[in-house]
Amino acid sequence: MQSIIGMVLMTLLAVVMIGIIRLRNLFAVVIFGGIYSLLMVGLLLVLDAVDVAMTEAAVGGGLSTVLMLSVLYSTKEEEIRLVRMRAFPLFFMVVTGVLIFATWDLLPLAIADLPSHTHVSAYYLDNSLKDTGVPNVVTSVLASYRGYDTLGEVTVIFAAGIAVLVLLQGSRIAKKKVSRSDSISGSDSVSGLE
Amino acid sequence: MYFPDWFIVHYSYMITIFLMVSSLYIIVMRSNMIKKLVGLNLFQTTIYLLYLSPSKITGGTVPIIMYDKPGAIYSNPLPQVLILTAIVVGVATLSVGLALVVRINEEFGTIEEDELFDGNV
Repeated sequence: MQSIIGMVLMTLLAVVMIGIIRLRNLFAVVIFGGIYSLLMVGLLLVLDAVDVAMTEAAVGGGLSTVLMLSVLYSTKEEEIRLVRMRAFPLFFMVVTGVLIFATWDLLPLAIADLPSHTHVSAYYLDNSLKDTGVPNVVTSVLASYRGYDTLGEVTVIFAAGIAVLVLLQGSRIAKKKVSRSDSISGSDSVSGLE
Repeated sequence: MYFPDWFIVHYSYMITIFLMVSSLYIIVMRSNMIKKLVGLNLFQTTIYLLYLSPSKITGGTVPIIMYDKPGAIYSNPLPQVLILTAIVVGVATLSVGLALVVRINEEFGTIEEDELFDGNV
């Protein structure tokens, strides 16, 4: 039953992706991106990743969409139609074919005895309650066993925040300069008229 | 309805590859910068699928330890932790990209890459 739900959600993801490729109106593209995130949240729930699903719903479906819409407010909404090199679609089809061929060598899914499930993950599942006292293993790994990863992640967010502030500050300084030179030239022309 | 296991596995992998390559197609083929950023975002979400579909185990449940059921099977928690980090870093990248788009639009009045490179702004 779960696998059928997962397959239906995956097919819908592919349909939404084709819609995003074909649409030219950027507002519609951003809203389709929100739909894509919602379907992805459902798929993550089927895959037992509840913490990831919550974060994706809040950050991918909510925050990213709001950011994109606020940028669209200040730019044009319509994408221009351009003819680009014809060889590229063929190239992407070949890449798709090669990669799908390569997936036949990937791990089979859903088997508990694979090396990826028996090494360090099994240790986390066995010992996290003893070591940290938190029943949610994802939380204990994120905040305790791999706390330095999270520290690095916070550093990345801090750096990104500073970068955004500097970029938008630059635009404000440029605007001030323009308005000042406008007022100077305006006073010049007034004095010239006199 | 019953599907054999190999069919489910390869359907999931094939859709993942399709989503991945078509978001790469959006990034390369479209000249609008916001559309490029949407493509980048979608590419990141396909990475989540590639990591998380092997972490699901048949008969397993969410990796939250149940006190009253010792010996229960849980799905693999490690890829979920890695992807949680990736989601947050992804939105940081997206916000920096969007700030750059805002600056480019203020400076040149367009967000179409081809118009920028042709110089007829």
